Amino acid sequence: MSLNQNRRTNADPSAFRSLDWLTVALYLIMVVLGAISIYAASYDFDHASIFSFAEFSGKQFRWIGLGLVIALVILLSDYRIYETYAYPFYVFMLVLLAVTIFIAPDTKGSHSWLKFGPMSLQPAEFAKCATALALAKLFSGYNFRLAGSWHNLFKAVGIILAPVVLIILQKETGSALAYMALFFVLYREGMSGLIMLAALVAVVIFVVAVKYTDPMILDMTKGQFIVIVLTMLTASAMSGIYARSLEVMRNLTLGFGVSIGLAFLCNSLGLHLPWLWFFIAVIVLAGVYMVLTGLRNHLGRLYACAVFAVGAVAFSFSVNMLFDHLAPHQQNRILVSLGIKADPRGAGYNVNQSMIAIGSGGVTGKGFLNGTQTKLKYVPEQHTDFIFCTIGEEEGFVGTTAVIVLFLALILRILTIAERQPSTFSRVYAYSVASIFIFHLCINVGMVIGLCPVIGIPLPFFSYGGSSLWGFTILLFVLLRLDSARKLIRR
Amino acid sequence: MVGGFVVLIAVIYIIRLFTLQVAEDKYKVFAENNAFLRKVQYPSRGLMYDRNGELVVYNQPAYDVMMIPRDMKGVDTLDFCRTVGITREQFDQRIDEMKKSPGYSVYTPQRFMTHLTARDYGRLQEKLYRYPGFYTQKRILRQYNYKAAANVLGNVREVNQDDIDRDEYYKPGDYTGDLGVEKSYERYLRGDKGVEILMRDAYGRIQGRFEEGALDMPPHSGRNLTLSLDIKLQQYAESLMVNKIGAVVAIEPKTGEILCMVSSPTYDPTLLVGRERGKNYRMLVSNDNADHPLFDRALMGAYPPGSTFKPGQALILLQEGIIDLNTAYPCYHGYINGGLKVGCHGHGSPIPVKPALQTSCNAFFCWGFKNMVDRRSKYGSSANAFEVWKNHLVQLGYGYKLGVDIPNEGRGFIPNAKFYDKFYGEGHWSANTIISVSIGQGEVLATPLQMANLCATIANRGHFITPHAVKAIQDTVMPEGLLDVRTPDIDRKWFEAVAEGMRMAVTGGTCRTANLPDIMVAGKTGTAQNPHGKDHSAFIGFAPYDNPQIAVAVYVENGGFGATYGVPIGSLVIEKYMNGEISPARKYIETNMLNANTRGNRVIKSKPKD
Repeated sequence: MSLNQNRRTNADPSAFRSLDWLTVALYLIMVVLGAISIYAASYDFDHASIFSFAEFSGKQFRWIGLGLVIALVILLSDYRIYETYAYPFYVFMLVLLAVTIFIAPDTKGSHSWLKFGPMSLQPAEFAKCATALALAKLFSGYNFRLAGSWHNLFKAVGIILAPVVLIILQKETGSALAYMALFFVLYREGMSGLIMLAALVAVVIFVVAVKYTDPMILDMTKGQFIVIVLTMLTASAMSGIYARSLEVMRNLTLGFGVSIGLAFLCNSLGLHLPWLWFFIAVIVLAGVYMVLTGLRNHLGRLYACAVFAVGAVAFSFSVNMLFDHLAPHQQNRILVSLGIKADPRGAGYNVNQSMIAIGSGGVTGKGFLNGTQTKLKYVPEQHTDFIFCTIGEEEGFVGTTAVIVLFLALILRILTIAERQPSTFSRVYAYSVASIFIFHLCINVGMVIGLCPVIGIPLPFFSYGGSSLWGFTILLFVLLRLDSARKLIRR
Repeated sequence: MVGGFVVLIAVIYIIRLFTLQVAEDKYKVFAENNAFLRKVQYPSRGLMYDRNGELVVYNQPAYDVMMIPRDMKGVDTLDFCRTVGITREQFDQRIDEMKKSPGYSVYTPQRFMTHLTARDYGRLQEKLYRYPGFYTQKRILRQYNYKAAANVLGNVREVNQDDIDRDEYYKPGDYTGDLGVEKSYERYLRGDKGVEILMRDAYGRIQGRFEEGALDMPPHSGRNLTLSLDIKLQQYAESLMVNKIGAVVAIEPKTGEILCMVSSPTYDPTLLVGRERGKNYRMLVSNDNADHPLFDRALMGAYPPGSTFKPGQALILLQEGIIDLNTAYPCYHGYINGGLKVGCHGHGSPIPVKPALQTSCNAFFCWGFKNMVDRRSKYGSSANAFEVWKNHLVQLGYGYKLGVDIPNEGRGFIPNAKFYDKFYGEGHWSANTIISVSIGQGEVLATPLQMANLCATIANRGHFITPHAVKAIQDTVMPEGLLDVRTPDIDRKWFEAVAEGMRMAVTGGTCRTANLPDIMVAGKTGTAQNPHGKDHSAFIGFAPYDNPQIAVAVYVENGGFGATYGVPIGSLVIEKYMNGEISPARKYIETNMLNANTRGNRVIKSKPKD
C-alpha cells in the first residue's frame, strides 16, 4: 500500500507540463523536412513518380505517424521503468541481435533485418537506446567511479562492445561503428584523457603514414618523416606540459633538434645513413632517458611519455601491415577519403557523385524536385544514407546550412538537457544520446561532402527507413521523458 | 566543451559546403556533363552560287558515329563492326586512338567514326538500340558541281586546337573553312549551332528532353554566298591553263568583282572532302608534288611583271610631268646611256608615249624613268624621286596586299629608296643603277591579281575597287570597306592616254592576236626575263574599250613571249566572257592553247579520276 502511495506521489500526472517542447518542435521540423526530402529524392521525371511516392515518401509518412504514437506512449509511460529495466532491456536486445544473425534473410550480404509482415526492422537501431540505458545504469550504480578503476572501465567498455561485436557479425560494420560514439561518454564520465589522446594520435599517425607514401625526405617517405617529427614534438610537449618537467622538455627538444639538424647536414654533404633507423634510435634513447629521469625524480608521468613516444613509432610501422589486412574495398574507402585515389569509377564514385550533386546546388539550389543529379540516379542510396545530397542539390547552400544548424540546435539542446539532469542515470543517458547524434551527423554529412570515409549510417530523421527513424525517436523521447521528470527526482 | 566541439564541427562542415556549393564552379560543370547530353544540332553550311546563279558548292549529309565510353555496356562488338563495316582490329585501334586524344573523357560524347555512308548509316540506325552508348550525328560534307576554282573556294577541314582556343564557337570535331572563301567567309557560312538538351540517367538512358525542350536551340543555317566568279569562265580559263604553270585573273572593272581566278596547276576540290581528306591533303602539300597546287599563283605568286608594268610607268611619268603626250625619246635598238644598254626591238624612233606602249619600247620607259629619278631639280635626290615613284605604284595597288577577300594574299614587291641605300649605299645609286625596274624587271615583283587590278584601274580610267570573290552574302551586307572606291592620285586624262596606247598595241602593236573583230580590246604584253629559264609570258587587257566589262591578266611561267601564250589566252577569256563562245575564225587559237604544253615532260592528267 505504501508502495502504491509512493508511486502516486512520485509519478508525474502530466509529462507534458515539463516537457521540453523546443526539442519536440525541432524533432517535428526535422522529420517533416526529412519526408519531403525523401519525396524529392525518390521523385522520378517519368510518370512512375506516383508509385515512387507511395513507395518511399508515403511509407516514410507512415513511419513518422507510427513514430509519433511510439513517442506518445513513451511520454505517457512511467519514467522509472527505463532505469529499473535498463539491464533487462539491454539483455533482451543482445539476445535479439544474436538471434537476428541466424534468422535474418540475406540482404546485400548483411543479416540485420527482421521481417514482420510488411515491415522490416533493424534491431541494431533499437539496441542503441538499450545500450545507452545500460551504460547509464552502470554509471548510476552506488559509488561507481570510472577513473582509477580498471574493473569498472572494463565493465563499461564491455557494455559498449557486446552489441558492436554482434552487429559486426551481422555484417553491418557501419551501424556498429556508431556505438563507438559512446566511448565519448566514458571520457565525459572520467575516463583518462590520455586514452582519447592516444586514440587521436593513432588516427593522425595512421592517416599520415597511409597518405604520404611517395615523396622522399632523407631517404624515407614523407609520411615516415612527418610521423617522426610529430612524435618528437609531442613527446617534448608531453614531458613539459603533462609530466611538468621543463628540464626534460628542454633536453628532449635540444636532442631532437640537434639530431634532425645533423641528419640534414650530413645528407646535404652526401653522407647517406639509414636515417629512419637513426631517428628511431634517437626516439628510443629519448624513451630510455625519460624512464631513467622518471625513476630518479619519481615522476611517474614520464613513463607514460616514454611509452607514448616509443609506442607511436612502433604503431606507425605497424600501420602499413595493419592496412594491408583490411579488405580491399575498405582500403579503397580510406584511401579515397584521404584523397589518395581519385578514381571516379571505383570506390570514389559514390562520394564524387554526391559532391557533384551538392556542389551543383549553388547558393539557393535548383529548386524542389528540380535536382538533376539525384533524379537521374547518379547519387547512390540517395533516399537513405545520401539524402543530404538531395537537400544540397535542390535547396543549395541555404538548405544544407539550415539542416546543419537544425542539428546543431538539437544537439546543443540535448547537451543543455544533459547538464540539468539531477541524476547520474539521466545525465549519462543524455550524453549518450548527444554522442550518438553527433557521431551520426559528423560521419553522415562528412561522408557526403567527402570529408569522411563512406560508412553506411543514416542521417537521423532525414534518411529513409523506419528502423532508424523509430530508433532515434525512441532514443530522443526516452530522454525527454526522463527530462520531464527531472524535478521529481531526489538528488 | 562538448558544445564547442559540436559547433566547431558544424562550422567546418558549413565552410566545406560553402566551398563546394558556392565557391567552386567545377561541380556545376560536372553535374551538367553528368545529367545533360547536349546533342549538338549542326547547322547546314551556307551554299555558294556563282554570279549567274549557278550552284557551285552545296552540302550532302554524312553521319558521324558518336560514342559515350562509359555508356557503352554490353555491346556486341563484332556485330557492331559488321554493321558499320570495319574490322575488330580497326575497332580496337580506334578506341585506343580516342583514349589518347586530349579531349577524351568517359562521360562526354566521342567521335568514333566520321562520314558514314548512307548505306552503312541506314543499317546502323536500324540496329542502334542494340548498341548502348552509340548514336549518330548528322554532319554535312561539301559537294561541288564543278571541279573548278578550288583555289578560290577553299575547302572545309576539322578544327584544330588553335581554332578551339581562338574561338569558343568551335568544339573538337567541328568543321571550319580552310583556304579560299570557305575560310574568309567562315563566320557567315558556318551558321549557328543548335543544341538539344537531353537528360540522361546514371545508366546512360535518355530520360527525355530537359524542361520539355524549352531550352533547346534550333540550328540556324549558314548564309549562302553569291560568288563574283563566273564558274563557266573559270572552268574555261582553267582548261586553257592545263599543262601550263601560271595564273589567269579576270576582274569586272566597274565592281572589282573577280570573274575568274585560275592558278595552274590546280586540283580537284572534291579531293579535300570526306574521309580521304587527310591523305589527299598530304599528297597535295607533299614536297614530292612539284606542282604545289595549293600554292595559289594568282594570289600569292610574286612575278616580275615585265612590260605589263609599262602602262603604270606611263601614268607615273605623265602625272609627274616628266613627259607629256608629245615627249618623244629615242630608241636605237635600245636604251644606251652611261655605258648601259637595255635592248629593244625594231620600231620607229623617236616615239612619244602612246606608240611606246603600242610597241612596248623599252628605251622610252628607261629614258622616262631616268629623267624622273635623276631629276634633282624637282625631287632633290634620286632617293626622293624614287620614293615618289614608289608611292604612285603603291596607290596603283602594287607592293602591298590589295586586301582581296581570300586569305593568304601575297604582296609582290616594290623596293623603296632605303632598300637601295642598304644595297648600294646612300647616294651611291641613281636611275641607271636600277634601270631595269622601269620595264618591270629587276627587283619589282607583282602578283597576277595586282596586274589584273592595274588593268582594271586603267579600264576604269583612274579608280578601282578592291578585287573580291564574293558578290553578295545572303540577308546581310558585304564586309565594310571591301567595296570602297580607291582612286590613285593620277589624272583621268593620263589614264585615257594610256588606254589609248594599249588599244593601239592591240590594233597595231604587240597584241594583235587580241584584236577581235566585234570587241574592242586594249592590252599590253609582257615578256619577263627570269633566272629560272625561259621568259615568262604575260598579258593584261580589258574590253570593250569604251565600256569595259572585263579586265584580265594572264601569266604563263616560262611561256616565252607575251604574244605566245599571254595574248591568246587573255583574248580567249575576253571573247568567251563577252560572247559566250569563240568565233569559228578563232577556234584554231583555242585549240592551240588547249593543247599547248609549256611543261615539257611534266604532263599532268588534266581530268581527275572520278
